[in-house]
Amino acid sequence: MQQIVNFIIRNKTALLFLLLFGISLFLTIQSHAYHKSKFISSANFLTGGLYNTTHGIGQYFNLKDKNRQLVKENQRLRNLVFNLKLDTLNTLAIDSTLLGEYYRFTSAEVLKNSYSLSNNYLTINRGKKDGIKQDFGVITSNGIVGIVDNSSKNYATVLSVLSIKSRINAQLKKTNHIGSLVWDTKSPELVQLVDISKFAPVAVGDTIMTGGQSAIFPKGILIGKVENFSLDVGGDTYTINVRLFNDMTNIGHVYLIENFNASEIKALQNKADE
Amino acid sequence: MNSATINSILRFVALVLLQTLVLNHVNFLGYINPYPYILFIMLFPVGNNSTWFVFLAFLLGFCVDLFTDSGGIHAAACVTIAFVRPAILKFSFGTIYDYQSIKFHQTDLGSRLGYFATIILIHHLILFSLEVFNITNIILILKKTLFSSIFTILLCTIISILFSPKRK
Repeated sequence: MQQIVNFIIRNKTALLFLLLFGISLFLTIQSHAYHKSKFISSANFLTGGLYNTTHGIGQYFNLKDKNRQLVKENQRLRNLVFNLKLDTLNTLAIDSTLLGEYYRFTSAEVLKNSYSLSNNYLTINRGKKDGIKQDFGVITSNGIVGIVDNSSKNYATVLSVLSIKSRINAQLKKTNHIGSLVWDTKSPELVQLVDISKFAPVAVGDTIMTGGQSAIFPKGILIGKVENFSLDVGGDTYTINVRLFNDMTNIGHVYLIENFNASEIKALQNKADE
Repeated sequence: MNSATINSILRFVALVLLQTLVLNHVNFLGYINPYPYILFIMLFPVGNNSTWFVFLAFLLGFCVDLFTDSGGIHAAACVTIAFVRPAILKFSFGTIYDYQSIKFHQTDLGSRLGYFATIILIHHLILFSLEVFNITNIILILKKTLFSSIFTILLCTIISILFSPKRK
């Protein structure tokens, strides 16, 4: 017993090192599992508050850009509203009469954004207080941004599409061939759409949008356009490089989408899996 | 609370804030960020309780992780360099270290640079290995390690020269 105690005292630095290294490895592995990064996130009181303060200073620098974006969006929405009667058959645009029933949009400001890591997160200034929960979709007027990962009382973190963890259901706009959106960490402007059937008529410049298969995003949210594409090694599916409409390096305001039917859809899908 | 302790606390807070609020957003050429917050570990007074030092390094890495939503990658890299620092000190400064009273601003620039470079390379290699977390992307890991290290070494050297006490 004496020897064990002596051993511990003699090697206490090494033992502490092993313990702390083990803890950090555990946290790292946990953060690489999808939706398991519960312990550490910047959505807490301290870091969220600090980001909020610095954002209050920094936001003035790109007001001009943000105004231009808002005017552009208003213009697009006005076009949509006044042309709605003539074009009721166009189901690709989000059907605005259904919005009240199925989806609720909340606006938020981005406090912190990153795009150089392999799993990138945004911190936004809305949290549980505003009804924000995990698995809400996040978009801007240009296209998708990510999915809410974690929320505290006043803040929430968003797992960006620029992440090796995220797999978002997406499809071609002109046909209904669906695939998954992933990221190869190479460039913040390009994401990859995989598992598109080789029978799909893909062409450079085609628009990619979200598919209706997930309970997170409504169908028809724009993502990007086809940059180039190649057949997979197996020869059955296309891997498409998609140039995002969003500039992921410059995101100010975002919208959060709550799908009121998400739990019902999920329960149904889980039942089907069993 | 002597002045050395207060100095360390101030340094800790200042470096974490500098790292997370400013330098994490540099993104030079898209992905190159400097990480000079480890100056805290590199310049921590020698001869202090090494167990306490390893714990402080963990805390430092943990704080940065908290801000960057990165799990425990900074914490892991920081405890490692804190643990191996005595060996690297001996390796870079030779006999002076044996007196346990090394003053970093009194060492010559060459050996100080070697000391910085060794620690920074180890730190960045662990950091990016854990961040990418995929051995098939070894080229990406090495590329990130190399470029970020150069950036960090430059910044660390500049900061340590700027903030060193005036020689009399």
